Amino acid sequence: MTCDNEVPVPAAGAPVRRRRFLTFLVAAPVLTVAVPGTAEAVIPTLPQPAEILDLGDVLILAGTPTAGALAVLSVGEDGVVTLDLPRAEVGQGITTACAMLVAEELDLPLGQVRVTLADARPELLMNQLTGGSNTMRSVYGPIRQAAAAARARLLAAAAEQHGVEVSGLSTRDGAVILPDGRPVLYGLLTSAAAQLTGVFAAQPKPASEHRLVGTPQSRIDARAMVTGQFRYTLDQDVPGAMPTVVRRPPTINGSVKSVDSAVARAMPGVLAIGVVPTGVAVVAETFGQAMAARDALKVTWNPGTIDALSDKEIRAKLKAATLPFVVPPLLTQHLDMEFDFAFVSHAPMETNSAIADVRDDRAEIWAGLKSPIVARQTIAAAIGLPESAVTVHVMQGGGSFGRRLFFDAAIEAAQISKALRRPVKLMWSRTDDMRHGRARAASHHKLRATFALGNVLTFEHRVASVETDFRHGLGEVLTATAASLPVAGNLSFAQTVFLTTCKVPYNFGVVTSLLNEVPLRMHTGSWRSVYSANTRGAEEVLVDQLAAKMGKDPVAFRREYLKTARQRAVLNKVVAEGDWGRAMPKGFAQGIAFHDEYKSCTACLVEIDARDPQNPRVVKAVIAVDVGRPINPRGLEAQMLGGLTDAISTTLRAGLHIDKGLPLEGSYSQFHYARQKDTPKDVRIFVMPATGEPGGAGELGVPAAVGAIANAYARATGVVPRSFPIIFPVDFEPFPR
Amino acid sequence: MPTYTFVVNGKPVTVDAPADLALLWVLRDKLGVRGPKFGCGIGVCRACTSHLNGAEIQPCVTPVAECAGQEVTTIEGLASGEDLHPVQEAWLEQDVAQCGYCQPGQIMAAAALLRTKKEISDEDVDRIANVCRCGTYFRIRQAIKSAAAKM
Ligand code: FES
Ligand code: FES
Repeated sequence: MTCDNEVPVPAAGAPVRRRRFLTFLVAAPVLTVAVPGTAEAVIPTLPQPAEILDLGDVLILAGTPTAGALAVLSVGEDGVVTLDLPRAEVGQGITTACAMLVAEELDLPLGQVRVTLADARPELLMNQLTGGSNTMRSVYGPIRQAAAAARARLLAAAAEQHGVEVSGLSTRDGAVILPDGRPVLYGLLTSAAAQLTGVFAAQPKPASEHRLVGTPQSRIDARAMVTGQFRYTLDQDVPGAMPTVVRRPPTINGSVKSVDSAVARAMPGVLAIGVVPTGVAVVAETFGQAMAARDALKVTWNPGTIDALSDKEIRAKLKAATLPFVVPPLLTQHLDMEFDFAFVSHAPMETNSAIADVRDDRAEIWAGLKSPIVARQTIAAAIGLPESAVTVHVMQGGGSFGRRLFFDAAIEAAQISKALRRPVKLMWSRTDDMRHGRARAASHHKLRATFALGNVLTFEHRVASVETDFRHGLGEVLTATAASLPVAGNLSFAQTVFLTTCKVPYNFGVVTSLLNEVPLRMHTGSWRSVYSANTRGAEEVLVDQLAAKMGKDPVAFRREYLKTARQRAVLNKVVAEGDWGRAMPKGFAQGIAFHDEYKSCTACLVEIDARDPQNPRVVKAVIAVDVGRPINPRGLEAQMLGGLTDAISTTLRAGLHIDKGLPLEGSYSQFHYARQKDTPKDVRIFVMPATGEPGGAGELGVPAAVGAIANAYARATGVVPRSFPIIFPVDFEPFPR
Repeated sequence: MPTYTFVVNGKPVTVDAPADLALLWVLRDKLGVRGPKFGCGIGVCRACTSHLNGAEIQPCVTPVAECAGQEVTTIEGLASGEDLHPVQEAWLEQDVAQCGYCQPGQIMAAAALLRTKKEISDEDVDRIANVCRCGTYFRIRQAIKSAAAKM
């Protein structure tokens, strides 16, 4: 039986039902000047846009018209239930969490659920985008409803087959249990269930009856991974698809002027060489031979698009683009701070890769894709085929961190396959992945807080960032939901994303956060937590300094100004478990920070060893996390651990230097993502009990950890970091361009 | 092209390949052994980590000629049939993998370490330089300790 969710799908163009709160518009904040002497309690802050409607809500809203068609479940005659999930798994654990939802609703052992990643399904419109920490939030309802509907059908089939009433039946362990206690396996009922006509409305179980959801489970694909059996894109055999690499220009977006391939062509194993828009493609019998021939090509290049720019100029542009504060520092005491954040490579372990088989009348693509519908459209246009002739298979990816929202390897593979008239297996080198891949945009931050008589009166944050590319489908989502967006005025996509993702969790009186972007023609992309790692990280550093200036302990200060009891509970948890304030030897210190996004919140307490300020190590981390309703606490802890490692890396040592139009870093020996020796020997993660609906989790772990590490470093060394990563020399010989 | 004969995961193989072709590509592209992963090709990320006569190597920087007559073990050959190696068991117990891409290399590095050392200190673990971009390091640490305790 194959059963789409039986919730009717509204016709395209049908109005999206608005939730009551969506009509809330936030007017431009009105500046109020507090009169000294009247401020006694903390001054409440008006809700910021992200508190009214965050980016995850926006994605859910855009997906609502097709939510009923989201989950495609099939019950096999072998009793295995398969969920074809229109999302991308890249390590974040959604396939396991979704399998748990199915198993829960159908009363199945978890091992009997299989999750496959759906091909691009254009009928889902905007509901096949994996981003914004949105998967569990957006599928929690639809998957449970689909599974409940499937269960209702299986019950009805059993009732009919055995001449009993549905009310006398129950389900357990993958079987319908008859009134006399005999089990009838789902596999034996599925074809009868598929024949039934009629509507089988069914309500999912209430959360109070969950037995699997909310319990720690291991990844469903873990065994395949630890035995080397797991197949990533390049581990597949597609007939005729041979190893392919590309020789790329010496600067970003350069193009081929001339090629001399005589030597390369004569090298062993070389099968084909051809010019494509991004460089020169080489196909060979093995990747080793393809790379050797690539290096033997003699190519001259046309200039790129940012050849004159290096970090210094980019930083100056950002500084100049930072919008002014509104509040003059008159009459009140104030604290101003500025911060810089470098570009950061996504650098997933699996480099950009794709398989493409383009024929005259059709094309088939395999790649790790978080936005496959837009990928399909773009690829079809790039190779001149109708969309309907292009099949896009979504492969499980070896990491993403935002990277696989873009499909540049998939387009390139399709272009090469078309140009060379043969299927290709394209792999980017690590150097190309870092230099010509995408990066988190560099940003400059200016913050000002004013205070008087023990109260924070205003808090302003001005962010200037190199433009982040959102042309992977999010733009369409924002356009489609524009009427509901809680931001007034004619804002750019980027400003809308900024305002629907970043919010100050404190009652700091009048709060304004503004983003201004500097467009540079280079390759950027959202990097786990989009703007929040930098924006909220910087704010948490300022919070510590503000507390000090106002004569308060960082924890007591945060407790006082956090907005809700739920937030304070998370903070209190790390304070208690991490033994906040314990005496530390010289050169060691604790640091703490808090973050709230996508209906979830977290606090992080770290201990740092910065006896050598140039060689610090986070030695312990205590994290508390409240995601509203954890589906798989074990997977959630993994996400928080990953976020912590990302924060350790980007705060202390990992970034990209841009030199004359190209990142200098070309390998993990140069881009200093943390290794084992850089990470804590003691990590404790506390998942708070379920209280509501699932919130976001995938990106949540980064911002608080950034703040906590920077604050710990400041306390240990006495130097408040202003530029990230903190330790950022060019300590390597760059590869030739 | 020269021919090389060696053993991969217990089975003798013979391949035609240039002497300097990296073992990684012989394994992946000629023999279809896809467990060892490419992450850098220059011996830095260690995603390809496998064993040569039981000791850790990075096949991306090991010329195939050096393997002639030797015994290569990749992640696929670490278990004995359905019986997982204790390191693999520990990886499952700690649910280490996120995207999983680095984990064959991590496991092979840990297994090589545990062959030479029974008592594992934090400093030993720190010396494992395999990159995990998903940041699973703490679980790797716990898994190695757990495997060491059981071996
Ligand atoms: S691929 Fe072998 S060490 Fe990176
Ligand atoms: S699990 Fe993804 S790189 Fe290690």
